[in-house]
Amino acid sequence: MSSAAVTSSRFTSGQAPKWLTPAVGLAAIILGAALSALIGFSVATWALFAGLIFVIAGPILIGIIEGRRKGSDAFARFLVYGTFLIALIPLVSVLWTVLSKGIPGLSGNLLTTSMNGVTGVVDNKTAAGDQPILGGIYHAIIGTLEITALATIISVPIGLLTAIYLVEYATGGPLSRAITFFVDVMTGIPSIVAGLFAASFFAFATGSPSTRTGFVAAVALSVLMVPTVVRNAEEMLRIVPNELREASYALGVRKWRTIMKVVIPTAISGIASGVTLAIARVIGETAPILVTAGFVNSINFNAFSGWMATLPTYIYYQIMTPTSPTSPQVSETRAWAAALILILIVMLLNLTARAIAKAFAPKTGR
Amino acid sequence: MSKRIDVEDLNVYYGDFLAVEDVNMTIEPRSVTAFIGPSGCGKSTFLRTLNRMHEVIAGARVEGKVMLDGDDLYAKGVDPVLVRSQVGMVFQRPNPFPTMSIRENVLAGVRLNNRKIARSDADDLVESSLRGANLWNEVKDRLDKPGSGLSGGQQQRLCIARSIAVRPNVILMDEPCSALDPISTLAVEDLINELKEEYTVVIVTHNMQQAARVSDKTAFFNIAGTGKPGKLVEYAPTQEIFNNPKQKATEDYVSGRFG
Repeated sequence: MSSAAVTSSRFTSGQAPKWLTPAVGLAAIILGAALSALIGFSVATWALFAGLIFVIAGPILIGIIEGRRKGSDAFARFLVYGTFLIALIPLVSVLWTVLSKGIPGLSGNLLTTSMNGVTGVVDNKTAAGDQPILGGIYHAIIGTLEITALATIISVPIGLLTAIYLVEYATGGPLSRAITFFVDVMTGIPSIVAGLFAASFFAFATGSPSTRTGFVAAVALSVLMVPTVVRNAEEMLRIVPNELREASYALGVRKWRTIMKVVIPTAISGIASGVTLAIARVIGETAPILVTAGFVNSINFNAFSGWMATLPTYIYYQIMTPTSPTSPQVSETRAWAAALILILIVMLLNLTARAIAKAFAPKTGR
Repeated sequence: MSKRIDVEDLNVYYGDFLAVEDVNMTIEPRSVTAFIGPSGCGKSTFLRTLNRMHEVIAGARVEGKVMLDGDDLYAKGVDPVLVRSQVGMVFQRPNPFPTMSIRENVLAGVRLNNRKIARSDADDLVESSLRGANLWNEVKDRLDKPGSGLSGGQQQRLCIARSIAVRPNVILMDEPCSALDPISTLAVEDLINELKEEYTVVIVTHNMQQAARVSDKTAFFNIAGTGKPGKLVEYAPTQEIFNNPKQKATEDYVSGRFG
């Protein structure tokens, strides 16, 4: 359709021309720069003034041309776009910072060695340019993967079974109300409290107050994961239409088989992404790991004995207590690289969950 | 394969609320029985008591007897799952399992119960069930496509195929055509006519022409007012219900004077 045909129509007359919005945007940017120069130029004030002018002037102009309703529509629309852009700033900024600071530290050595034997002397030599950065995050990757996997193994069955009880079996009695209440309370537990709970529980159970292993950390993380998994799985199971359950019952299928083979497969994609979100929430925990798994520089594959390091605790220690206090930039480089790896692991998990969701999602098509 | 149903003094409750009161009725094998009546009069509720689907709803219960060839469905120790495998049900809205293909949907009754079935037997069962539901020719080339990709009428016939694949004695249909267009409705009605050769069919319908077309006997349910229990007003051969009903309420209803 040609634009001439559009503008000549009686239905489209009286509309603001298409170039108006970009033109207002351009004018806002220029005026914003000028205004910000008046009070001392900076990018922040420039963006602020440009945004304000655009959000105010654009709707007023459109309102004058097209009427009050269209004007308020434009105002709301520009506000939505603006808040979206503001919400993007931290995300883009975090990604940019981690990428730009983390990529220089990435190397095969980083991924395949631990910090065992890497001392301040080694780092000072690196800072002097005598050798590449030695020492790596292998032990921390192992720790993160093992502790998170253990936490997932503990909390997914508990959380999923609780959700199944709440949705499929509970009849609104005191037990289900109590479970819902306590799950809500658990959602609000600060992570350090969960860590202290696990540490003191195992100190009590084993009789030695210094029991710190990867497993204790996994228990602490499960305390944080279980409520997330329950809430999410509950939501997902509730949106499975009752008709499917009835159809299954009407075929003479038992209730638990109906749950296993009809209800859960229908909801599996949502449950999988909920589990991923729960994992992503706990994989970055630092404080509960420090009080439950301690911190080491060497490789420990056994989550049931000995202290373990994870990526977050590794980053924390590299930044707070650099291996060489006189040249902390070497430790900082390692810390940023570790942060990048942590983000990559979470992203990989997300992709896996999406793949699972896609494989199990209700099929469409003819 | 077809069994007779005797209902004696049946009261149906939702919690303390009496939904259907004092139903007595005998449904002959190899026949089609239609339940008609205004909305909320308890037709569907009553239908769901015939295969113990009623009690799936929390607080729902039943007093009285429903006998399938003389065996009381509500006797002590009766497993509702066994009852449902003998009394199949088709619902108002087509509800194929969205995670399954057409073939898997037909085999759902077998597979979900973890019964082992040889591949050739499964193929035969799929074909005979789909042929039984008048759907085979339309879907034989796309059995591995999802069941939710079919049209509404085809989905409903797929649900009927799924029900007859478990070889029940009785098939209950709860307004099976209310979501379908006239052509699909006709296909389902033809199917009901064929099904009665082998099964006892009970159908709830809001469409009186449909009841007149497909059923041998018709039961008219009515309700005295909101909050009152539904009652079986008249149960007679379909011809009689539509041509010379004994009850004034039935005559008013079938002639369209109310409801």
